[in-house]
Amino acid sequence: MAVREAVRGDSADGAAGSANGALAGLDDAKLAWVYLIMRRIRRFEETAEEAFRAAKMRGALHFYIGEEATATGVCAALDDGDFITSTHRGHGHCIAKGARMDKMMAELFGRTTGYSGGKGGSMHIADIELGNLGANGIVGAGIPIAAGAALGSKLRKDGRVTAAFFGDGAGPTGAFHEGVNVAATMNLPVVFVCENNQYGMATHADFANAAQISARGPAYGIPSPMVDGNDVFEVYATAAAAVDRARRGDGPTLIEARTYRQKGHTVLDQKNYRTKEEIAAWVERDPIERFRTAVIEADRPVIEDFDDIDAQVEREIDNALAFAEASPWPNVDAIERDVYVE
Amino acid sequence: MAVTMRDQPSTETAAREIFMSEALREALDEEMQRDPTVFVVGEEVGVWGGAYAVTDGLLAKWGADRIVDTPIAEAAIAGLGIGAALTGSRPVAEFMYSDFMGIAMDQIVNQAAKNRYMFGGKAKLPLTYRAPFGAGTGNAAQHTQSLEAWFAHVPGLKVITASTPYDAKGLLKSAIREDNVVVMFEHKAIYAMRGHVPEHEYLVPIGVADVKREGTDVSVITYARQVHHALEAAEQLAAEGISVEVVDIRSLYPLDADAILRSVRKTHRAVVLYEAVRFGGFGAEIAAQIQELAFDDLDAPVLRVGAAHAPVPFSEPLERASFPDAAKAAAAIRQSLEGVR
Repeated sequence: MAVREAVRGDSADGAAGSANGALAGLDDAKLAWVYLIMRRIRRFEETAEEAFRAAKMRGALHFYIGEEATATGVCAALDDGDFITSTHRGHGHCIAKGARMDKMMAELFGRTTGYSGGKGGSMHIADIELGNLGANGIVGAGIPIAAGAALGSKLRKDGRVTAAFFGDGAGPTGAFHEGVNVAATMNLPVVFVCENNQYGMATHADFANAAQISARGPAYGIPSPMVDGNDVFEVYATAAAAVDRARRGDGPTLIEARTYRQKGHTVLDQKNYRTKEEIAAWVERDPIERFRTAVIEADRPVIEDFDDIDAQVEREIDNALAFAEASPWPNVDAIERDVYVE
Repeated sequence: MAVTMRDQPSTETAAREIFMSEALREALDEEMQRDPTVFVVGEEVGVWGGAYAVTDGLLAKWGADRIVDTPIAEAAIAGLGIGAALTGSRPVAEFMYSDFMGIAMDQIVNQAAKNRYMFGGKAKLPLTYRAPFGAGTGNAAQHTQSLEAWFAHVPGLKVITASTPYDAKGLLKSAIREDNVVVMFEHKAIYAMRGHVPEHEYLVPIGVADVKREGTDVSVITYARQVHHALEAAEQLAAEGISVEVVDIRSLYPLDADAILRSVRKTHRAVVLYEAVRFGGFGAEIAAQIQELAFDDLDAPVLRVGAAHAPVPFSEPLERASFPDAAKAAAAIRQSLEGVR
């Protein structure tokens, strides 16, 4: 797939999906799912931010707002039994892989009903049953683990595919090279998804990486398409092809999704390293708005459901927040529990 | 050298003796036979048969899907083990030298060790890391370290090491069956040591020390190759009428403190003998536990014998002088009996 210069910020092309024909072939049920997931991610994080600013939670929050199309498009291409590895900026991946927002919110609140019983927090949410092998506080570290899950699938012949999410900040790490290289040499069923949101903290991706991530594919002998990460249809179509390739036994793909984090590095980020104009230009290309516009322009019946989906998400969010706030704190007896399988 | 192995079955008729490397290979082979999800992954484990021949012949028997060669990529090896373990396999990942684990430390320490806890007890990692360690081979500073304290310090890892072929096989089989991450350090200077390994199946439990020689005057608490130096010293001192007890801890974590305390309460004197750099080594943990839990039983300070505070030197006289041996162990035992420093 050719590099799409459009995603670099030269044009704000409003609607998405035109390059992929009729909304990448997604039927109305799948379109409704895509909208539901993207709205869940957005509202979960907006709500978490409010709670954080109200001093109801502590630690760090890394927001995915603006990048929803990437997690959603990739997970739309995965089967339920497939695996993902995620990142410190992982709320979106978790939700797209089916995580429950009440248990996620409770984890952010440090409560015993959270995904990790309050032992992990925002950066360490996993749901092995759902195939989510974990968010990760170490940049790049999920990449070798994803290769391992894929090796396991290959040896067990279970037909599953693993998608490894990571950011442009992982591009310079050794774990990236070791993980991608070994997956390529072993022809493992894995899809590497680089979410290039342009910044690792205040460091621009072009400063951190000697060349664009998608230029690395030939060095590993694998395809490395660049996609508009704010176009859920393009992400989906590209991911679906990569997942098919992996499931067929033809090996890994490295996808670079150009996107943008509309918020700071963390909830506390006050640094001044981006222009208002740059941020505004990317907010103009907000992935959820582009999705809505594309579906409305295509005049699909599912547009009638959008308001209901919005209302459903609000109910879920209200429930998640109430659940988290009402949940008990962990008992200190639990400190040394769950270190080992007893 | 003679090794007393009290836990070997007395009913064995033919005393089969094999190398430690063979004992480890038997453990891998038997566990692969027993459980189809067990596989071996690492550098040169296949065609080469392992840098210390532990996996020699296993590729021919089990094929490339069970004996998985990797490129030189220690972080990837560690991660391959984690991902496969999280998703239903039971990997044994080999590092060619424990020194190389530095490259994989994030995967081992921040990922493998912590996944279960960070995920609220919902992840299970049936994962064994194997790594040769220790000195005496003339391989200098980057191939001969004893870094076991690094790993014993990290909650979420179990750490084991064997002094005999019998223990090596039984411990490795137990490690593979564990639903936890176990790091097994194998002392490279004793891979070629022979010892009795019965034909029948057995396990050596993790977390249980073994008294390799009984005695009444001084306890030497030790592990891996230094067990043999302790036994040699004990033999020499027996001729002088000094009775030395040698406790092989076998597991650093979980540590069998009860066994150590039983011995110290009997002899009232303890020497901790280990091959790592003495300062900050695992022997310090053992010494601290003894004084915390058995202070009133002690007739002398707990002494530590460890390696020099230097990277491992190459030249033979330098390397030899850097590490504990039977003479140094014997000197510490005598010092303990004198009761003063």
